[in-house]
Amino acid sequence: MSEASNFEQLLRSALVPVDPPAEMTDRLERTLTELTDAAAGELADWELSAMRDPRNWGRTVAAAGVVAGAGAALALVRARQQHQKRNVQGLRALEDSVRGVLSDVEKRLGR
Amino acid sequence: MANPPAAAAAKATLDADFTDLYRTHLRDIYSYSYYRVGNHHDAEDLTEQTFLQAYRHFERAQRESRGRPLRPWLIRIAHNLAANYYRDRSRRPQTSLDDAGVLSEPHTTADLVEGRQELQEVLEGVANLPEDRREALIMRFALDMDNREIARAMGRTEGATKVLIHRAIKQLEESLKDDERGE
Repeated sequence: MSEASNFEQLLRSALVPVDPPAEMTDRLERTLTELTDAAAGELADWELSAMRDPRNWGRTVAAAGVVAGAGAALALVRARQQHQKRNVQGLRALEDSVRGVLSDVEKRLGR
Repeated sequence: MANPPAAAAAKATLDADFTDLYRTHLRDIYSYSYYRVGNHHDAEDLTEQTFLQAYRHFERAQRESRGRPLRPWLIRIAHNLAANYYRDRSRRPQTSLDDAGVLSEPHTTADLVEGRQELQEVLEGVANLPEDRREALIMRFALDMDNREIARAMGRTEGATKVLIHRAIKQLEESLKDDERGE
């Protein structure tokens, strides 16, 4: 093996992929789920009144698009949560992002 | 006029696609974040922030990617967040990494001590490289990305990326040799 490829092998051994801690994974998935539920709730409340007015139909679909992003993690999250109930740790900077997404939803709903 | 049932079907597809993206790349994003910032605590924050950002902009990113892999886009989000992290807190990456699990593979005692030392020196050398070189090496060796993917993540041409990686390896090799001579 050449010196260069030896060194690259050494680099590969040093920079091995690192598994995320299970606690973080649970926390992230829980946050995404909560976000999805909140976004879906916003949409459902708004839809009940707005869908009666045809002028709002386009906005309803746009809002559904926002919720679609939020719902994306649901499929994997639901199954995990059934057997992984742990205490929620502080969400630190996550809270800002959550608020940001909810704000997106509200803007798309025209509130 | 848009049809709500059609929108619901599109939503279901988008949901499934994001789930795939998350499952496939969670480890990549965590690894990238970890080697960028050098500790698990901040790597967790960066990873969480990255996926929340990704989830906000996923629909558009998917549309604009025209079927190309989205890993470079995810890495780019993590890169921008990491840059803000350093700017806001005036920090540099830690040269002494938390235990990454890298150094715990079974060896004889002598091998283990020598191997740990060598790998630790490599990691410290990587952490001391200029940011673009450090990132390129992380993507190549920790995430096993090819030149094309790295180029997309870094907003460079493939040729420039190849040169960047070559120079990064050379610089690291030289600095480790200098350290050896200095001991």
